[in-house]
Amino acid sequence: MDTGRRVVVTGIGVVAPGGTGREAFWDLISSGRTATRRISFFDPSPFRSQVAAECEFDPVRQGLTPRQARRMDRAAQFAVVCAREALTDSGLSTTDLDPRRTGVSIGSAVGCTTGLEAEYSVVSDSGRKWQVDNDYAVPQLFDYFVPSSISSEVAWDVGAEGPVALISTGCTSGLDAVGHGRDVITDGLADVVIAGATDAPISPITVACFDAIKATTPRNDEAETASRPFDRSRNGFVLAEASAVFVLEELGHARRRGARIYAEISGFATRCNAFHMTGLRPDGKEMAEAIRVALDQGRINPTEVDYVNAHGSGTKQNDRHETAAVKLSLGEHAYRTPMSSIKSMIGHSLGAIGSVEIAACLLAMREDLLPPTANLHEPDPECDLDYIPRVAREKKADVVLTVGSGFGGFQSAMVLDRRTA
Amino acid sequence: MNKPIVTGIGVLAPTGLGTEQYWAATRNGAKGIGPVSRFETEQYPVVLAGEIDGFEAREHLASRLLPQTDHMTRLALVAADWALADAGAKAEELPEFSAGVVTASASGGFEFGHRELEALWSKGSEHVSAYQSFAWFYAVNTGQISIRHGLRGAGGVVVTEQAGGLDAFAMARRRLRDGAGLMLTGGVDSALCPWGWVAQIACGRLSTSADPERAYLPFDSAANGFVPGEGGAILVVEDPESAAARGVARDYGTFAGYSATFDPPPDSGRPSALRRAIENALDDAGCQPSDVDVVFADGAGVPELDLAEAEAISAVFGANGVPVTAPKTATGRLYSGGAALDLATALLALRDGLIPPTPNVSELAPGIDIDLVTGQPRRADLRTAVVLARGYGGYNSAVVLRAPDKP
Repeated sequence: MDTGRRVVVTGIGVVAPGGTGREAFWDLISSGRTATRRISFFDPSPFRSQVAAECEFDPVRQGLTPRQARRMDRAAQFAVVCAREALTDSGLSTTDLDPRRTGVSIGSAVGCTTGLEAEYSVVSDSGRKWQVDNDYAVPQLFDYFVPSSISSEVAWDVGAEGPVALISTGCTSGLDAVGHGRDVITDGLADVVIAGATDAPISPITVACFDAIKATTPRNDEAETASRPFDRSRNGFVLAEASAVFVLEELGHARRRGARIYAEISGFATRCNAFHMTGLRPDGKEMAEAIRVALDQGRINPTEVDYVNAHGSGTKQNDRHETAAVKLSLGEHAYRTPMSSIKSMIGHSLGAIGSVEIAACLLAMREDLLPPTANLHEPDPECDLDYIPRVAREKKADVVLTVGSGFGGFQSAMVLDRRTA
Repeated sequence: MNKPIVTGIGVLAPTGLGTEQYWAATRNGAKGIGPVSRFETEQYPVVLAGEIDGFEAREHLASRLLPQTDHMTRLALVAADWALADAGAKAEELPEFSAGVVTASASGGFEFGHRELEALWSKGSEHVSAYQSFAWFYAVNTGQISIRHGLRGAGGVVVTEQAGGLDAFAMARRRLRDGAGLMLTGGVDSALCPWGWVAQIACGRLSTSADPERAYLPFDSAANGFVPGEGGAILVVEDPESAAARGVARDYGTFAGYSATFDPPPDSGRPSALRRAIENALDDAGCQPSDVDVVFADGAGVPELDLAEAEAISAVFGANGVPVTAPKTATGRLYSGGAALDLATALLALRDGLIPPTPNVSELAPGIDIDLVTGQPRRADLRTAVVLARGYGGYNSAVVLRAPDKP
């Protein structure tokens, strides 16, 4: 639907493994270093996969009050800290925002799982009681029960009183939440939307549930090189936590205040594969369709795409599926287009990663430098595109495509165009 | 583009399985709240719920689906089946990628998650189900519905607590504007296990009454919290041209307008943004307040929230200016299913020219100046209905529905 209203990104905030803040994140992913390590949050020895990418994050040092830190699950803490960094980056302060014309759209795949599990262990007496004990329940348990509490916290913090939502489409949540934020502005319901995603899932139940389907890597003795998207030796993803939040603005609103514009969100689409809750059809047809529609919205020819930020989770099936989808949608141009997976460095933070990857794309455009796929030494013969192995590549990128794929069958694609800036 | 129309409804509620059974019960003020039967409540301060009785999942779903689905997903799958059957729609007869799903969720498959948490913590990680990675998460109903019916268009999931049913409806409308022909949308929830119970009690708004007729009394001077329930509704919404192209002759009504707003922080002392949601939704529909024939209220059951809602309704429509009803006092509050069910109820009310009553409520609290329909259903010529919903934490949403044009 073309309403004539266009949406640009004017601020970025990131909490990611390997360093808090946007610039620390960029330093890591542009250097090709990795932040995947043996899990430190709990003893991982009973689990098949014992590797994760954890954030060094102290909520109070990051500016939250002790009360906020107590009240919020870690995922909400990440999102609020990122929203503040994004606003500062955009040059807006909360007093500049018209509350009624400001919205929030935060994605999260598993919400407050870490907080829920911690509280479960208390009220159930470490799993001994099915009839869990209400006397030990904390008031914030309800906030963990309904993850819309995360978006509420962000809205209160920035002073948003327009449309607010939490979007939860599994591992495409981070793309879909920014896509929804774009729609809210395009449709005239707000002029500014604080949009992004967060997940802090490194908790025993999450590790166990991916163990059960062997989706995560068992490469425990090589934790630092455990995430190997597109490599022949890849054997699952590395669980991670992270958040990225953006200031989205209507183009005229940004221009009138002379804002620095990272890029326009010129296309976004999502499709379901209607195939399997965790499986992918190898042909990549639904992701290709999402890419086709996203390019079409931005009136962009496939040959104009300068870089593809891959979902690249490092599971056997994902990397083949995605390679097929990019070939199907970009045709011959797929072979000429550099493509990389930052999950090789910072792991897979479920619903958050789609937004973190948008951040990577915007910073890559700013720096004219494409982040690499770390740990890629010997590509799978079925993965025969240019995945920028190990070392970042200098290249001017004006049009960038980023894609995501999630449990439930969700396939999403977003096109970012710097020429608007 | 043309405003979307609703062409199919699937309902599973504590007062009835299936649209007509539910509607007959709702018209007559039937009551679905009772003592919790799913688990022991002796040790808990809250003992009542709106449970769905008589639902046997294996009568509707293949046995292979049962180990991989939470109770709420089973309910949602059946609601989707019924909605599509009601609309006479089949994905394979629609253009490729033109049909999708957007559902609301509040808390995911909580009972499934409770069992797996117990398996992990009491027995060890090797005892966790291979289905845990998706059976409990918020996106599960959208994913499972799309798989079951081969819906390969856009998928979406909105989490805005009890406002979710309306917000999902609006996101489905957005996907129709993007070019989809048909969307399944709505919400179905259930978290009736001890772990879900304790989590819900923590919100501090559940009624501790043991009397099913006195526990959930929104707008009443005896309001003392709400009773949680399970169930909801799935609707089929279509672009009218696309519906006409597949030969649809009848619809329930038009999705005329929508708005969502968010309240100021709780400590700000500033009023709720619900009034603005109603006004914006009417603007979106191109309606005046005087065009509205009935309002389906959120009905929190918490005195200060009831007062805020009544004030917002009075501010827009005038004191006692429009009939208001809250049939959800018969089912309890269904989380993401609540507003979706209210949409279904409002469409049925428009169809039959009948406002269903608000069971159990009898004496409005001081300051509640609304024309609440209690006791008997009220006959009226209904053309336009407004449905309101609020989600914990500050979410407000409003939808305007219009009766189909008479032939």
